[in-house]
Amino acid sequence: MIRYISTRLLATVPVVFGVTLAVFSMLYLIPGDPVKMMLSEFATSPEQIATMRAQLHLNEPFAEQYGRFVWSAARGDLGRSIRDRRPVTAEIVELLPATAALAVAALAFSAALGITLGIVAAVRQNSWWDLGSMMVALVGVSMPSFWLGLILIFIFSLRLGWLPAAGGGGALHLLMPAFALGLGASAIIARLTRSSMLDVLRMEYINTARAKGLAGRSVVLRHGLLNALIPIITIFGLQFGSLLAGTVIIETVFGRPGIGRLLVAAILNKDFPLVQGVVLFVAVFYVLINLVVDVVYAVVDPRIRYG
Amino acid sequence: MGDLPPAPSARRRAARTRWKMLVPRTRRHKGALAGLGIVLALAGVAVFDNILAPASPTRINIVVALQAPSQAHPMGTDQYGRDIYSRVIHGAGISLSIGLISVGIAASVGTVVGLVAGYYGGVIDGLLMRVIDVMLAFPGILLALGIVSVLGPSLRNLMIAVGIAAIPFYARLVRSSVLVAKEQLYVEAARVVGVSVPIILVRHILPNVAAPIIVAATLGMAGAILSAAALSFIGLGSQPPTPEWGRMLSEGRDYLRDAWWISTFPGLAIMLTVLGVNMLGDGLRDVLDPRLRI
Repeated sequence: MIRYISTRLLATVPVVFGVTLAVFSMLYLIPGDPVKMMLSEFATSPEQIATMRAQLHLNEPFAEQYGRFVWSAARGDLGRSIRDRRPVTAEIVELLPATAALAVAALAFSAALGITLGIVAAVRQNSWWDLGSMMVALVGVSMPSFWLGLILIFIFSLRLGWLPAAGGGGALHLLMPAFALGLGASAIIARLTRSSMLDVLRMEYINTARAKGLAGRSVVLRHGLLNALIPIITIFGLQFGSLLAGTVIIETVFGRPGIGRLLVAAILNKDFPLVQGVVLFVAVFYVLINLVVDVVYAVVDPRIRYG
Repeated sequence: MGDLPPAPSARRRAARTRWKMLVPRTRRHKGALAGLGIVLALAGVAVFDNILAPASPTRINIVVALQAPSQAHPMGTDQYGRDIYSRVIHGAGISLSIGLISVGIAASVGTVVGLVAGYYGGVIDGLLMRVIDVMLAFPGILLALGIVSVLGPSLRNLMIAVGIAAIPFYARLVRSSVLVAKEQLYVEAARVVGVSVPIILVRHILPNVAAPIIVAATLGMAGAILSAAALSFIGLGSQPPTPEWGRMLSEGRDYLRDAWWISTFPGLAIMLTVLGVNMLGDGLRDVLDPRLRI
């Protein structure tokens, strides 16, 4: 097991380096002078531009700049925002809990709904239940999250007045954003659960369990679902990443403070150190989550460790 | 005898049969037919938008601003008095071309990368796949977002960004199919008689991986349309006054309380389009490649 984990850990090192290189290169890929672009909305003198170039170390050779970038990032220093001069790390740390809460709530909701729909569809294969569940999944995967968000605000905030339309805060503020963000993921989880359940329910040991007289529900849930869930674990990591990135949209719709909205504002303000910092943070975080998911997968399914 | 791979001619015939069966099988697949119907109808709307739209999509007429749906304006008017029905109709072409162009970029670059990496293997494969791994480290919409932030927000850059972000998907799909296909006897035979590598890749290997690419590209188009609309919604795609559906939705946001129709109809249009493309893609998958079915 330790060998498996260390191999997996080693494999992420080049990916993380590649990510830092890609994020760092963003400044160089901007068409034209990055400093002029970042300062385009301010009246600036040539001296100010020169100072800014020096501050961003843009006069040094590429390799030196990149080395400095990685070294600082490794120590948790992602530079300073151009707009308000605050350290990027501080901004991220401040807003991370709100965004993490949203992504986790959305994942929990999508897992609950997706797995339920998937089981219903698989157990009653080719019935109206199956068709209905998969129709819900198809609509869920085709529904733009931002539109769903607006519909929810219209119904539950503006018309019924039950839920707050915007802002961060308690659990009530989380309900609609988590639903709007998670519906698409639940559709994917529902489809996967259905096919995984169908595979498992055809296994011999399911027949054995039924033959020895176990109740249908016990067979489906204890023997079927627990085994069917194994392949579904892998998609959790992927979905969590998509949900994390999806907060960019949902936080904008609901006016929720968070990393997603921070990133959108940074892009619109051309605040490049902030954009780079947030993108780097989310990507590395996502790589680490996938590492954890892989390890969990190997713990649950020994075939992966020894395969 | 039973263990021998089928003769090349037999395999070719099987592949040809699969394509010949495409039309009759699709005809029997209700979901695919419904999806195809929706997509064709939208394409029709996109082509004849000038005839179908009663008014100019960008003409401002403050006198009729924020009017509810009526006979004169079937979907109402927005805060500038523009006819939403006309804007939704003109948006069809924009959304479909975003989908087609970004998937075109992703599928063509991804296919070439996958073919080269899978066929040559070794160092080339290792290098290309590490680049793909790094691209995959940016989850969901984040890669497209990063690219747009570098290129600057515009409709053209949006298509490029969404296209580039989807490359890894096709590269991996094609690579894994190539790894299987290149071991086939007829590929080896072609190599032995001295057929050049580009010809082997295009004539002998590509037809084997075409079916999964077509399925992935169709389903990918649905995702591309959604991502592009989302990016436009947050202001990083098409710019005003373009009648792009995602942008229209965000413009209607501030009027949600009093003028629900501004954001309702473009949203409905996005969903219908994505639903149609998804149904077509699901159907094609069932017909062309049952192994891919999940």
